[in-house]
Amino acid sequence: MREAVSRFVHDGDTVVIEGFTHLICFAAGHEIIRQRRRDLTLARLTPDLIYDQMIAAGCARKLVFSWAGNPGVGSLHAFRRAVEGKSRGGLEIEEYSHFGMVARFSAGAARLPFWPLRNYMGTDLPTANPRIRSVTCPYTGEALATVPALNPGVTIVHAQRADPGGNTQMWGLVGVQKEAAFASERVIVVVEELVDEQVIRSDPNRTVIPGVIVSGVVIEPWGAHPSYAQGYYDRDNDFYVAWESISRDPDKLARYLDEFVYDVSDRAGYMEKQPQLAARLKAKQRLSRGVNYGF
Amino acid sequence: MAAVAARELRDGEVVFVGIGLPNLACNLARATHAPNLVLIYESGAVGAVPERLPLSIGDPALVTGSLMVCGMADVFQLFLQNGRIEVGFLGGAQVDRYGNINTTVIGPYERPAVRLPGAGGAAEIAVHAQRTLIVAKLNPRAFPARVDFVTSPGQRCGERSRRGLGMPGAGPVKVITDKAILEADPATGEMVLAALYPGVTADEVQQGVGWPLARRPRLAAVAPPTEADLRLLREVLDPQKHYLKG
Repeated sequence: MREAVSRFVHDGDTVVIEGFTHLICFAAGHEIIRQRRRDLTLARLTPDLIYDQMIAAGCARKLVFSWAGNPGVGSLHAFRRAVEGKSRGGLEIEEYSHFGMVARFSAGAARLPFWPLRNYMGTDLPTANPRIRSVTCPYTGEALATVPALNPGVTIVHAQRADPGGNTQMWGLVGVQKEAAFASERVIVVVEELVDEQVIRSDPNRTVIPGVIVSGVVIEPWGAHPSYAQGYYDRDNDFYVAWESISRDPDKLARYLDEFVYDVSDRAGYMEKQPQLAARLKAKQRLSRGVNYGF
Repeated sequence: MAAVAARELRDGEVVFVGIGLPNLACNLARATHAPNLVLIYESGAVGAVPERLPLSIGDPALVTGSLMVCGMADVFQLFLQNGRIEVGFLGGAQVDRYGNINTTVIGPYERPAVRLPGAGGAAEIAVHAQRTLIVAKLNPRAFPARVDFVTSPGQRCGERSRRGLGMPGAGPVKVITDKAILEADPATGEMVLAALYPGVTADEVQQGVGWPLARRPRLAAVAPPTEADLRLLREVLDPQKHYLKG
């Protein structure tokens, strides 16, 4: 991870760590914090705890997003302090809805300049964000909303497994990772398990990101905690609830970053500090039946 | 409130489930009168049958046993924009006279007094779902005459109607609160008092609303939740009180 972040994530980059609730690569976010990257434009649909931590650590200049809360719990307080002008430095924001962000990645992945969608009529979002515009359909004359392509410098995707060539398989909620990866200049894949190419080839429909677009593969078991990896470990809802009180108090948040980010050297160190996690969150078995790919 | 909201769902309907109380209401409906409800979450789970109440709308329990799991581009383009969603369920920090919802900021956008999470998928749900239901607790700060920011469009925007603006869905048809149900007036688009909870007066409801609330000529009575509803909510669906707090 250290090498991947040092090679592929640079100061000033637009960085996407995608994953909708599922497969959010906290291990990569923590390494970016440790390497003290600065002036990043952080983009994702739901900034989640990981961008709250990166904002608190001073990595972000700008946030591009569509829903900045702690799901089912409340606020991301480092984000709120920055946007409400209660912390130093401030934070530039560029805000869409989920459909808008998905459409931005779709345009980026297809290398189109924008994506049309039937949306935003009657809302104040285009006033708040002048990059939400409109176009007249050349066939029907209908006015459609548009959002600009998003082409990140680097996208980091966590997944269950990949082969050494970066062919990456994931299952469960797959969010917008495929589009984000194809839209990106560089792609880092972080996996729970490295598998033989033959394992990938035995089930090609499960491959979401092909090795040809991947810059680097990192093997990092538990790299998504407190997010989760379907079939490997559950979401740590207790930690998401605990983040409310940690993030509310800047000193407490700073102590959290010291203890769990700066004072550990990698994910293995993070897991050693919390030996009870693995037993508490390990996934139960629910195997699928598999299919016949023969011809 | 969750039990009253659950009753609005008919068996077999396709519902786009939002975060928070809507999540609870949909799962209560599925456990009671609407076992064939098709729950679609913006996270990509279609036909979800969660064995535990999901804290987030991206919980792994939404995947296990569901009919389909798809990417979010498919959720928004192939289901929502395609017109396949019959009911959208939304909450919000502020709801106004025309059912416009604010989940973005309290105060001015550039210098907000309170920064809320933002739109998520709610803006497009409000545009596209065939009808939407709003769930929110009554108080004058949550029900201003006009929201500080329109995140999700209601029945009217200034002088313009939904149809005039090209929105496919019917928009918010009901607002389910903890004291009463408001319904959109078909002629004006205004939210008017339609039904009262047991023991609640129309004046009490007015005190929780920041505009002169019109009333239906005959107000219906909202039946209280059944013992079975309450037991399901408290013991099975939300024993840790993630949603039932307060």
